[in-house]
Amino acid sequence: MSDRTFTYVGTRPVRHDGMDKVTGRANYGADFSLPGMLHGVVVRSPHAHARIVSIDTHEAEAVPGVLAVVTARDIPETRAKLMLGEGALDLRDISENLLARTKVLYHGHTVAAVAATTLDAAREGAARVKVTYEVLEPVMTIEQALAANAPILHSDMITKGQHGAKAPSNVAARMELKRGDVGNGFTQADVVVEREFRTPTVHQGYIEPHACVARWGEDGRAFVWCSTQGPFAVRDQCAAVLGMDAAQVKVIPSEIGGGFGGKIVVYLEPLAVALSRKARRPVKMVMGREEVFRATGPTSGTRIRMKLGATRDGTFVAADASLYYEAGAYRGSPAGAGMMCLVAPYRIPNFVIEAFDVVVNKPKVAAYRAPGSPTASFAIESVIDELARELRLDPIDLRLKNAVVEGDAAPFGPAYGPIGLKALLEAARRHPHWKTPLAANQGRGVACGFWFNAGMNSSATVTLNMDGSAAVVTGNPDIGGTRAAQALMVSEELGIPVERIRPGVGDTDSSGYTDVTGGSRVCYATGMAVIGAAQDVREQLRARAAKIWNVDVASVTWEKGHAVPPKGAEKAEPLSVNDLAAKMTHTGGPIVGRASLYAPMAGPGFGAHICDLEVDPETGRSRVVRYTAFQDVGKAVHPSFVEGQIQGGAAQGIGWALNEEYVFDKNGVMENAGFLDYRMPVASDLPMIETVLIEVANPLHPYGVRGVGEVPIVPPLAAVANAMRDATGIRFTELPLSPPRVLAALNHEPTPVRTSDELSAVKADS
Amino acid sequence: MATVHLSSGLTQFTGGVTVIEIDATRVSDALDMLAARYPALRDQLDEIAVAVDGEIYQQPGYQELTSASEVHLVPRIAGG
Amino acid sequence: MAKLHVHTTVNGEAAEFLCEPHETLLAALRNELGLTGTKEGCATGDCGACSILLDGRLVPSCLVLAAESQDRAVTTIEGLALGDALHPLQRKFLEHAALQCGICTPGFIVAAKALLDRQPEPTEQEARFWLAGNLCRCTGYDKIIRAVLDTAAEMRKTAV
Repeated sequence: MSDRTFTYVGTRPVRHDGMDKVTGRANYGADFSLPGMLHGVVVRSPHAHARIVSIDTHEAEAVPGVLAVVTARDIPETRAKLMLGEGALDLRDISENLLARTKVLYHGHTVAAVAATTLDAAREGAARVKVTYEVLEPVMTIEQALAANAPILHSDMITKGQHGAKAPSNVAARMELKRGDVGNGFTQADVVVEREFRTPTVHQGYIEPHACVARWGEDGRAFVWCSTQGPFAVRDQCAAVLGMDAAQVKVIPSEIGGGFGGKIVVYLEPLAVALSRKARRPVKMVMGREEVFRATGPTSGTRIRMKLGATRDGTFVAADASLYYEAGAYRGSPAGAGMMCLVAPYRIPNFVIEAFDVVVNKPKVAAYRAPGSPTASFAIESVIDELARELRLDPIDLRLKNAVVEGDAAPFGPAYGPIGLKALLEAARRHPHWKTPLAANQGRGVACGFWFNAGMNSSATVTLNMDGSAAVVTGNPDIGGTRAAQALMVSEELGIPVERIRPGVGDTDSSGYTDVTGGSRVCYATGMAVIGAAQDVREQLRARAAKIWNVDVASVTWEKGHAVPPKGAEKAEPLSVNDLAAKMTHTGGPIVGRASLYAPMAGPGFGAHICDLEVDPETGRSRVVRYTAFQDVGKAVHPSFVEGQIQGGAAQGIGWALNEEYVFDKNGVMENAGFLDYRMPVASDLPMIETVLIEVANPLHPYGVRGVGEVPIVPPLAAVANAMRDATGIRFTELPLSPPRVLAALNHEPTPVRTSDELSAVKADS
Repeated sequence: MATVHLSSGLTQFTGGVTVIEIDATRVSDALDMLAARYPALRDQLDEIAVAVDGEIYQQPGYQELTSASEVHLVPRIAGG
Repeated sequence: MAKLHVHTTVNGEAAEFLCEPHETLLAALRNELGLTGTKEGCATGDCGACSILLDGRLVPSCLVLAAESQDRAVTTIEGLALGDALHPLQRKFLEHAALQCGICTPGFIVAAKALLDRQPEPTEQEARFWLAGNLCRCTGYDKIIRAVLDTAAEMRKTAV
């Protein structure tokens, strides 16, 4: 597979949707309107933790222009499970996150929604919804959640995975991964490093807020236009929450302005449908940026204790870790994934890793690009850096010594297939970046990362037109250029030039079921469906050619976009796709290829990043001055978009490391719910980001494709922290490495205490 | 007999047993037999993924098993 | 209070609309004039997705009142192409794959045009700092900066 030469795959055509995007014509979630449309606005809890005593909507309903108000009374109570993407979610949790029923569990939690003829009237109506609360003490940190007399968020939450657990707790689950004998393992270690790491709540930071338009029809069918990573996920959540059949909901995905995992769970769509049902008019709902921060799904704040032991020559012998991940208001953090990724790049014969899913009064976390892995990597890669210093070994050499190869058992059980981790590390060691001298106040750090690549359900259709052009449709919104990649795959299989392929994103009626755009799965799993559908077309074309030549189809071969007749066939010349397409009506009718599949999750991805950081000792501000990202991508279908995904993921990781954090006040209210103070990297913060693509073919995919989208956010946290250690001599174990924190450490001062997390930690410890 | 490996978080429900030989030709049957043999395990099985000879399936189904199959039960994870 | 009747020029053509006094130019462009290429990312002037040119000056339209566009010239992303011919910035963004989700792209292209109108030979540093008011979460800015610098180079070559 890795020896296969490609004609189209690996080239860089201009993406088919590119023209619309550079001219402003492309329609995103908020760019859609329907005649007679109302505007919907959400009423949000002013308390981080409270019981709802009563909700009175009479005044709101009386505001001129207000045509509907919905609360939890308008949606059915349920306890069912919903299979959503990669996990089973508790439908009750999703419903109550959408509309609080008995308790509000975070500041910003939705309690009602109002639809009116103008946005101003809707806001007026929202202001007049009267909610009476019994305010409760908020739980804002892991320490507070675990404390002996902690307020309990869910009275029926018993810790899963804890044999014998009976009392209600804020720990939703405990998970464990073990191998060998840790006690014995550590006795073999010559050096042991143990540290505790903390990372704050951070947000995916997609530039486009959630937006949708919903219309309820007299026939009881709902139509939803929305910005989403998964139209089928939206459909299934709306149907389940509102007690409808999936077939009664049609979802058309708009172009999407970023998701990164944050646009899979719905926050608006069922509300818009419910409002539309009540008001008998279409309803548009668009979130503001503050709402996005306060009330969508950021990722977990974490506390991770990491202990790693090695022999003098650098062989890892034992690891012991405890991972606490905040789930937010409802259970379901990526603690389990963090646990599985922690030691995934390394051969360690003895380990015990425990992970805890902890609820706190923050918005329920959603997936954020390789959920669970970046913070786990931050912990272990920082500790490995310390070990390298103590052992006086080159940090890359130390990693190479312990890096997993094909055949090694992954920490979660199965053996790895062909993987490129060693190749990456060797490429990093050879790269000029690793040897370039540093200037004053500069430091260099390296780190690795691992992520699975999802498989799951995908469907694709390839339709051949009579003029030989073709369309390919899947159910995957295109966030990063996947349509271009899909067109390249169809070209590769059929020989049709890529400009004559029209790749499209279907809606839930016109596309077969397809799981979300996420999990690094589109080029891999949906790619397999696209290739399958194209091959289906090819088989039909062979059959048509056989009919024309009056020969057995088994004797017809396919070469370079042509059906080739067997030797000796009478009056038979090879027929091109164009020839065969022109004759489709005469030879049997339309030619439509389809494929649908459930792909396994395998062919994981590894990355290694080198970061050069310059720290200003007067201000504590640091700047990334050079960055190189190495990644095993399997096979880069459209290299420009693969590079782009790597650069973008690296930038997010750099932001996570240097500046991004939710700052909460003592009442559990986010103080920096805007782009000014939630500080993401801008163009002047970053250098060019060099990418080095290694291609170790994934045996499960016909072209060797591995998912690429998520791995690049995993290594940067530790790469930056290790560079900081190199530059300042200080090992920071808490993110972000923002100027106040760095400056205080440089000046040997205690970190400025200004967040409720730190205030509470001080309180809890005393 | 396919070999089923339990991740250590599950072994507390099997009295410490980590590797089990199961005479089943499909994953679904293997899980049923496991739950029958270790009733405490049953509730945990609705939230696991299954790896069969290195290929991980987020939802266990009717994947075929041979006598040489290595099956791992792993926690289910989500992507973004 | 009655709506205001605003007369303005948008992308070289006379335009008029009714708006509330407190309505932003961003909202008026999108909702009254149907020009949805300009995007709202934050409504507080921090993300640059709503970048437009007002009398040639780069502004965040979410911080400009619709009424302020009276008798002035507004340029949006929709006004950059000349008939069928894309503006060189638009072409270069496509060539360099300087967009992934594309939501920030209109704002970046308008902001970059404002840069090149003033500084036809920007350094990488100048380009990065000029564009620091435009947030992108997908690309890490690498290919965007390359596209802008490449456009500048091409425009200098073809300039008379």
